[in-house]
Amino acid sequence: MNLLSLLLRTRGRKRLHWTDVLSYLYLLVGFFTLFGPVLWLLMSSFKTEAAMGLYPPTFLPYSQKTVEVAGHAQALPLFLVNQDGQSPRPLAQVSRMGIMATMVDPVHPEVTLQVPIQQRTPITELAFAWGNYADLFHKFTFGRYLWNSVFITVVATLLTLLFNSMTAFALSKYQFKGRKAVFLLIISTLMIPPTIILVPVFLVINGVGLLNSLWGVILPAVATPTGVFLLRQYMLTIPDELLEAARMDHASEWRIYWRIVLPLSAPALAVLAIFSVMWRWNDFLLPLIVLSRSEFFTLQLALNAFQGELNTQWHYLLAMTVITLLPVTLVFAFLQRHITTGIASAGVK
Amino acid sequence: MTVSILKLHAVEKSFDQTAVIHGVDLEVEPGEFVVLVGPSGCGKSTLLRMIAGLDTPTAGDIWINGQRVNEVSAADRGCAMVFQSYALYPHMSVYANMAFGLENIGESKVEIERKVREAAAILKLDTLLDRRPTQLSGGQRQRVAIGRAIVRDPQLFLFDEPLSNLDAELRVSMRAELRELHRRLGSTMIYVTHDQVEAMSMADKIVVLRAGHIEQVGTPQMLYTQPANTFVAGFIGSPRMNFIPASSWPDATMQASNWPAGTQTLGVRPEHWDKSPSEQGWAMTVQSVEYLGSQQLVQGRLTCQIRIEVLLDGTQTVQVGEHLCLQIKPGHAHAFDAQGQRLESALA
Repeated sequence: MNLLSLLLRTRGRKRLHWTDVLSYLYLLVGFFTLFGPVLWLLMSSFKTEAAMGLYPPTFLPYSQKTVEVAGHAQALPLFLVNQDGQSPRPLAQVSRMGIMATMVDPVHPEVTLQVPIQQRTPITELAFAWGNYADLFHKFTFGRYLWNSVFITVVATLLTLLFNSMTAFALSKYQFKGRKAVFLLIISTLMIPPTIILVPVFLVINGVGLLNSLWGVILPAVATPTGVFLLRQYMLTIPDELLEAARMDHASEWRIYWRIVLPLSAPALAVLAIFSVMWRWNDFLLPLIVLSRSEFFTLQLALNAFQGELNTQWHYLLAMTVITLLPVTLVFAFLQRHITTGIASAGVK
Repeated sequence: MTVSILKLHAVEKSFDQTAVIHGVDLEVEPGEFVVLVGPSGCGKSTLLRMIAGLDTPTAGDIWINGQRVNEVSAADRGCAMVFQSYALYPHMSVYANMAFGLENIGESKVEIERKVREAAAILKLDTLLDRRPTQLSGGQRQRVAIGRAIVRDPQLFLFDEPLSNLDAELRVSMRAELRELHRRLGSTMIYVTHDQVEAMSMADKIVVLRAGHIEQVGTPQMLYTQPANTFVAGFIGSPRMNFIPASSWPDATMQASNWPAGTQTLGVRPEHWDKSPSEQGWAMTVQSVEYLGSQQLVQGRLTCQIRIEVLLDGTQTVQVGEHLCLQIKPGHAHAFDAQGQRLESALA
């Protein structure tokens, strides 16, 4: 079934059933509610600072046309002037004082006219301000922040997958005294609110000397009880006979873990990877307390720092936000297939 | 005197407080095909796992090739096991499944390739080497499991009910293939099953187990003709042997001194009854008839109300409600005492 026929499915055969109308109405409302702000964000990130302040606000990024006029160093904004008795014509504005604007005809720049501002409307064109994005990398150390975020996310996710899967393997496939107690202990840490342990965590990180270091953000939260629980439950479904067969095949315990249990746990690992990526990328609190030097800032901290006390450069802020959103969206879109197929196949097995 | 390849001495196994295996002694000669057979829960799989090294006995010794292996790990015992569910690695190809064991001991790639292809040729798996287990049929998967065992060139092959997941027709053909494999490789094979037909058709030696005890060890012929007790007698052979308690024998003539002293139960297999030429014999009222072609399975009641099954020739079909007079084929009656143990008799 192709996408189009899926999207346009209706209950009624030829005419639309009333439930169809309601369903689609509901879906459309939901679609606009959820995607509206995101699309607005995307479009606004391409507006220049001036265009951002336009009232009434426009969806697409329009900015005023400018024209080069002989005798003037900078390009002059173009307006459509509607003077009494004359057909509307484009004039370039030289300056404005109060309600009167001094304008010239671009073709005949010597002649200046005084035009009241009510009689003129700006001529706008669709203009994507790519400069918003380019400036981020040139004027600001945005590349640095991006790198910090990517480094933390990727390394933390890999370490999380590694350590959580090792714990889950031990807890699911080995019989030892205190097995249940250890598991309950790990799960019970979920009951502890993060804010309570914030200060102790800071003191520990400081004591170890990892303040103002990316590793100080990565290491403290690598072992997650959610991850251990998720992977353990999944590994319990791997038949013990497979491990016994591997043991009879001379496989060491590490080989059993690395070559048999881990590949078979791929769907659960994909789920944990998504959780980890999304959490680490958006994490604000831990980086905030660990990192105080701006060269180590992550994107989230940078976005926060970018909002000045008196003045915010919205066009840069919006552009940064869009870039911050992109990687997580891509990762989720890519790994989502693994989640759904993983859950389905685990049930059928 | 050849050293037996496997020797179990007073092996016991308990799980927590429940004793599952009670003092088992067994010896297996090199090249034998031994079948451990018994009803569900008799401990045959547990015994196999202890031989393999996957479980440790709570008491007793296990000797493989003259060496005590109680503390030796499963991988180092020189055994290869074929599991009931095959236990193939689902994310690896057939080739990788068979090569895994050899990779773990550090064999060279060339050697691995040679051995895997050799095993694949024996089991006709050559064309399937690149497939995943999920793309194979049940019979093919089972052959891959056997191939994985062959490739390791073990001293002992251990089979844990390998045919129970296959359909009836495939089971019959696989039985023949396994026999052929045994003849070809000449290695010792220990096979666990609950199906006495498999045991009878495949084994050099059968070990009948019940509730953790060995009831009898012997060749199929021995178990068929001289069962040690009523359990073995009733377990081996299909249709099941008829047991007639002494108290319900029809008349004094039957209770002749032919039977050994202390006989409490008479056992006769359905195939060892004939229609009596005279009116002397066991009177039976027919209750149902199953026509099997060359034979018919007749179920009915004796005058003492004991139900028996009789396998008669199929040429003259018997009707329900008919009265038959039967006699036992000479030399085919078994006498058992009050405890169900076999009594030797020279008899009728």
